[in-house]
Amino acid sequence: MKHLDEYRDPALARKLLAEIAAVTTRPWVIMEICGGHTHAIIRHGIDLLLPRQLELVHGPGCPVCVTPVALIDQALALARRPEVIFTSFGDMLRVPGSRESLARIRARGGDIRTVYSPLEAVNLAVQNPAQEVVFFAVGFETTAPGNALAVQQAARLGLTNFSLLVSHVLVPPAIGALLAAPDNRIQAFLAPGHVCTVEGLQDYEAMAAAHQVPMVPAGFEPVDILAAILLLVRQLEEGRAQVENEYRRSVRPEGNPAARLAVEQVFQVCHRTWRGLGEIPASGLRLRPEFAAFDAQCKFALEETGEMESPQCISGAILRGESKPPQCPAFGKECTPEHPLGATMVSSEGACAAYRHANRQ
Amino acid sequence: MSWQIKPENFGCPLPAADGATVQLAHGGGSRLAAELIEQTLVPAFADPVLSRLEDQAVLESPLGAGERLAFTTDSFVVDPLFFPGGSIGELAINGTINDLAMGGARPLYLSVALIVEEGLELAILRRVIADLGAAAKAAGVRVVTGDTKVVGRGSCDKIFINTSGIGAVPAGLALSAANLQPGDKIIISGTMADHGMAIMSCRQGLSFAEPLTSDTAALHQLTAAIMAAAGMPPAAPAQKANEPEAGQALRAMRDPTRGGVAAVLTEMARASRVGVVIAEETLPVAGPVRGACEILGIDPLFVANEGKLLAVVAPESAGAVLQAMREHPLGRQAAIIGEVVAENPGLVALRTALGPHRIIDLPSGELLPRIC
Repeated sequence: MKHLDEYRDPALARKLLAEIAAVTTRPWVIMEICGGHTHAIIRHGIDLLLPRQLELVHGPGCPVCVTPVALIDQALALARRPEVIFTSFGDMLRVPGSRESLARIRARGGDIRTVYSPLEAVNLAVQNPAQEVVFFAVGFETTAPGNALAVQQAARLGLTNFSLLVSHVLVPPAIGALLAAPDNRIQAFLAPGHVCTVEGLQDYEAMAAAHQVPMVPAGFEPVDILAAILLLVRQLEEGRAQVENEYRRSVRPEGNPAARLAVEQVFQVCHRTWRGLGEIPASGLRLRPEFAAFDAQCKFALEETGEMESPQCISGAILRGESKPPQCPAFGKECTPEHPLGATMVSSEGACAAYRHANRQ
Repeated sequence: MSWQIKPENFGCPLPAADGATVQLAHGGGSRLAAELIEQTLVPAFADPVLSRLEDQAVLESPLGAGERLAFTTDSFVVDPLFFPGGSIGELAINGTINDLAMGGARPLYLSVALIVEEGLELAILRRVIADLGAAAKAAGVRVVTGDTKVVGRGSCDKIFINTSGIGAVPAGLALSAANLQPGDKIIISGTMADHGMAIMSCRQGLSFAEPLTSDTAALHQLTAAIMAAAGMPPAAPAQKANEPEAGQALRAMRDPTRGGVAAVLTEMARASRVGVVIAEETLPVAGPVRGACEILGIDPLFVANEGKLLAVVAPESAGAVLQAMREHPLGRQAAIIGEVVAENPGLVALRTALGPHRIIDLPSGELLPRIC
């Protein structure tokens, strides 16, 4: 962990904070698009240490939070089927659909299993040939390669009882949608470190140039985040709009070509509805037609259901960076991690959960 | 061919004893049950009272003048049954000893009740029982009574163990989560999260460069050393029976099992109506455990420990207690991690390495790894 300690060094963090304070002359609004950044900022109290003129707003970068209710309802419908072993990353279990969650179905006897990798789900399909194994493939560009490899593996093994319920989303189109909103306040982006590690910087460079916004991919330790904020503020103060890579130890400009190739072979870009943001063109991934046999939506002929969000929940405004969790009248009252009304309170990466766990008001 | 029904042959047919698995009959009053008890359980604990196999243990009073009894019970379910650094058998003995020891009690007698799933391999059951016996022997406590039930396949997960324990509490000692006072120091006996992360890595088949091992241990000798250092020898004067000494330096001890250090400190802060502030950079976490927590996105403050304790001590005795803990094999990495404050009663705050405070809130469900 020595490597990590360097990025948590309080002396270095204080030095960066002093530099940020020294270069900031005007108010600026910076969005951290990734939920991992939101949590690190709250966990280390970084937002409390920044100059008052700097406002950090939280973005839609939590895969659990942006998965639409309709798709969660489809997951619930699959999980209720007796022949299905439904597999998912842990966070999705507690997200409420229109009426209930996967966790509740599991408590009633549904065969729902938490896995750490989609390849575990493939193994379950091998071990349970009489059952249908479905994996809930949520996530950004980071989880897509693993899911692509799982499909390739299932195809190699000739499995006919494995499929994905796909809800993949892509970050750059969401950034574009946020910037195109008429009331946009965001002036710079802390770009998602893990996503850039996979995808590289090309899309972000195009976005920075087109919208004239500075973008800095950052790691997830306090020193990473502060160094990235310093780079962003310097650009804002100097009127520059470039991609500067703070996360060089992980992000290469070309990304991870092997991961990108796997994704390209298995998935194609599609329109996708984001919870809280609505439909964003070309912002998602779906399985290519040649892999339709592994697509749970085709295989089980799942029907689209209507969306039923809690009328009290303002998670859409939170995901767009328009509101902060304590501004929600239900925050900490009707809506708590034990009884969440919306995904931003459920997910461990959700902004409402981050505020609640840190008891921030 | 002539044959005759002999009454002695006309009994309830026993399930075929294949010798390798536990049968439902192992739990009834059958020959198999008697064999299991006599050949496996009795030798493991080797106690003259248990060997009498009465329904109850009648015991000499352990109590000196002014001493009081402590009695506790706990049930143990864990998957897998055997894991790096320990087993369900060791947990079941150590956990109950620790529950007694945290109240300042000297653990004396334990009971062991087993609930076994039909079909369990007898070899596994024997291994669990051997671990129970070895842990009790190592800790110097006696297992004096017990019970065994076998349930149908699917009714329990392999084996559940309940252990109860009786201990003797020295006169005048009253440790309680409600005793905390502003200024008190919070001391932890060693690294956090070892047990929980060992189980999690084992259960999910995750392997790390350095293997994670459970910290399961019986802590009663460490608690005796702490009490001695705080000026409260286990053999305390008897004249003030059942009355806590005013201002005793040791306020409370707790072993941070499920819910981890965060849960215990929150419970203490609420019970004593005080605030607790801990400093991030003082929290001891072993390197491999920290790495595993980072990878899975889990905070070691919330992860279970099975061989650690938290002691809350008056500031003037904190140095002596810390030194006594560090001189004990189970407390070598003891550290002062924070203190009790008057502000924010009922809340536990963590001072981050960068300076700001954040409130530690208890997790609302099972610990789940992050998604990306």
